[in-house]
Amino acid sequence: MKSKAAVIPKQGIARNKRETRKADTMRDSNHALIELRLYVAGQTPKSLTALANLKKICSEHLPGRYRLHVIDLMERPQLAQGDQILAIPTLVRNLPQPIRKIIGDLSDTERVLVGLDVWETRS
Amino acid sequence: MAARKRRTIENSRKLPSSEKETLRTLQPLEKARTGIGGFDEVTNGGLPKGRPTIVCGGPGCGKTMFAMEFLVRGATQFDEPGVLMTFEETSEEMARNVASLGFDLKDLVARGKLFLDYVRVEPSEIQEAGEYDLEGLFVRLQHAVESIGAKRVVLDTLEAIFSGFSNSGILRGEIRRLFRWLKDRGLTTVVTAERGEGSLTRYGLEEYVSDCVVFLDHRVNDQNSTRRMRIIKYRGSSHGTDEYPFLIDEKGFSVLPSSSMRLHHAVSTKRISSGVEDLDDMLEGKGFYRGTSVLVSGRAGSGKSSLAAHFANAACQNGEHCLYIAFEESAAQATRNMRSIGIDLAQHMEKGLLQFEAWRPTQSGLEMHLLRVHKLVEQYQPDVVVVDPISNLMMGTSQEIHSMLMRLLDFLKNKQITAFITNLTKGYEGREQTAVGISSLIDTWILLRDVELNSERNRCLYLLKSRGMAHSNQIREFVLTDRGVRLLPAYAGTGTVLTGSARLADARKKMDETTGQEDSGGNGRRGSSEGVGHEIEGGRNSQAGDRA
Repeated sequence: MKSKAAVIPKQGIARNKRETRKADTMRDSNHALIELRLYVAGQTPKSLTALANLKKICSEHLPGRYRLHVIDLMERPQLAQGDQILAIPTLVRNLPQPIRKIIGDLSDTERVLVGLDVWETRS
Repeated sequence: MAARKRRTIENSRKLPSSEKETLRTLQPLEKARTGIGGFDEVTNGGLPKGRPTIVCGGPGCGKTMFAMEFLVRGATQFDEPGVLMTFEETSEEMARNVASLGFDLKDLVARGKLFLDYVRVEPSEIQEAGEYDLEGLFVRLQHAVESIGAKRVVLDTLEAIFSGFSNSGILRGEIRRLFRWLKDRGLTTVVTAERGEGSLTRYGLEEYVSDCVVFLDHRVNDQNSTRRMRIIKYRGSSHGTDEYPFLIDEKGFSVLPSSSMRLHHAVSTKRISSGVEDLDDMLEGKGFYRGTSVLVSGRAGSGKSSLAAHFANAACQNGEHCLYIAFEESAAQATRNMRSIGIDLAQHMEKGLLQFEAWRPTQSGLEMHLLRVHKLVEQYQPDVVVVDPISNLMMGTSQEIHSMLMRLLDFLKNKQITAFITNLTKGYEGREQTAVGISSLIDTWILLRDVELNSERNRCLYLLKSRGMAHSNQIREFVLTDRGVRLLPAYAGTGTVLTGSARLADARKKMDETTGQEDSGGNGRRGSSEGVGHEIEGGRNSQAGDRA
C-alpha cells in the first residue's frame, strides 16, 4: 500500500496545479478564492473516491474559484498535526475563514456543499 | 510483484512482535515500572509491558496525573521515551499543569524524551459526508512514536473523539483497531477514561482493553476527601485487590499499599532506652525492644507528651534520628513546654536529629495522615517515630481507624523503626481498653493513671504489658520535676500503696517510729534531691524492690 501511495498525490498535485492556473485566470473577482486541502493516507479506495468526488463537485459548483492541494499523510505525517486531522479522508477549507472540515469520501454532494458553505454560487 | 513485496514487508514488520509473543508465553508477564510511589508494589512491578491499560474514574480523580507521571517517570527514570496524545488539553496547558509537580515537559520534549500531540476534536467545524476512518489518528501516533522511539503512550482522554464523530460504529471499529495497533507495536499504553453511569467508562472502552483496568476514586466523608485506587483487573498477574488510598501532592502521585498480610517482620533483640531511667528499670533495666511499638495511654494531663519527649530526647542523645509527629503542639510550643521539665529539644532540631512535624489532625482524612507519615518516614529515614497523640486521628469509623493504625504500625515495624505513640483516653473508660482497641498491635503498653485522693491528684504509671520481657508489675508514682520525669519507688503503707501526701505523711510517721534504729538494709539507688523524693528516702527499703 505504502509503496504505491506516493503516486497518487503527485498526480493529484500535478492536476491541481493545472487547475489552479486555470482557476487564476478564470477567477471571478466577486467571489473569494476557495482554498482546499484534501488529506489522504495512501491510495485507499476511500481516498480515491473522495478525490474523484471532490473534483466533480468542484468543477460543477466552483469552476475557477478554487485551489486544491492533496496531502498524503503517509508521505508527510507531520502535516496531520497542523490541521488537526483525525479522520481520513478530510477535506479542509482553509480560505475563506473560518476553517471548515468535511470528512468522508465526499459521496454526499449536498453535505459537501453545505460544509464548504458555497451555496451562493449556484444562485 | 508489488503484492509479494508488500507481503514481505508486512512479514518483516510482524516478526518482532510474534517473537515477543512466544517469549511472553515462556516468561511471566513482563511489566513496565511506573515509578509511581506505591503503585509498583501494589501491582507487583507496574503496568503490563507492551499492552494498554485503562485508567478510569470520575472528574478530578487524578487520571491525567497518573498518566503523566507514568510518562514522565518512564522518560526520566527508565529510559523509555513516551508520547502524550491529549484530546482535552493543549500541550501548553498540560505543561503548565504538571509543572507544579516539578515535571518540565518542554525540556523533555527538547531532549527527545517526550512527544506531545494535542488532538483537537471540534464537532462544530466538522461535516460528515460519506465513509471515513480514523487513519489520521494512526498516522499521527505512528509519526510521534517513530520520531522519538517511544516505548510508552498516553491517550488522555481518548473518549473525546466520541463527541467529534457521529458514527459510533466506525469509532468502535477504529478504537478496536487502535488497541490492536498499540499492542502489535509493544507500546505500554495508558488510556484515561471518564467513569460512566453503571459502567466503568462512559463509552465502554473497557471492552477493548482486557489487560489491565485501574479505577481511581475521589470521595468525601465528613468533609474530608480521600482518594482511592483499585485495580479492577490485571490479566496474567497477581495484584492487590484492596482499595488503596493515594495522594497527589507537590511530589506527584503516591499510592499507599495496605498492610502486609503476613507477619514476618524481622525482630531485634537490641534495646532502646525509654529516656526515663526509672522506667528502663521496670523494663529489665534496658528499655524497649528496638523496632517495637510502644503505646502510652492516659487521660489529659497525665504526662504522656512528657514521656514522649523523654523518649525522643534519649534517642537524639544517642545520635539517632527521630521523627516527632505532633497533632497538638507546634514545634515551638513543644520546645518551650519541654524545657520546663529540663528537656532541650531545640538542640536536637538544630543538629538535624529531631524532625518535628506538627499539623492539624482535622486537616485531612485518615489516609492522608497515614500517607503523610509514610512520606516523612521515607524522606527522613528515622530510627524512631513519635506520634503525639494518635487519638487525635480518631475520626471515621472504628474499623477505618483500626485498619489505619494497623497499617501505620505495620509499616514502621517493617522498617524496624521504634514507634512511640501516645493515646488520650477519655473520662473513666475501661482501663484495659484504648479507644480503638489497638492494644493487640502494641508490644509495650504503658498506662498513666490519675489517682484522686485526699484532695489531690497524683500520677501513677504502670506497665500493662511488654512483650518478650520480664517487666515490672508495679504501679509507680510518677512525678514531673524540672529535671524530667521521675518514678518514685513503690511505697506500701499499711496495706495499701500510698501516693502523694498520704505517702509523705505515712513516711514521716514511719521515720518517727524508726528513729534510733538505723536502717542498714537500704541498698537502693540514691534518689534526686528534689522535694518529694528526698522525704521518702527513709521508707524505700524492703518494699521498693522491683521484680525485675
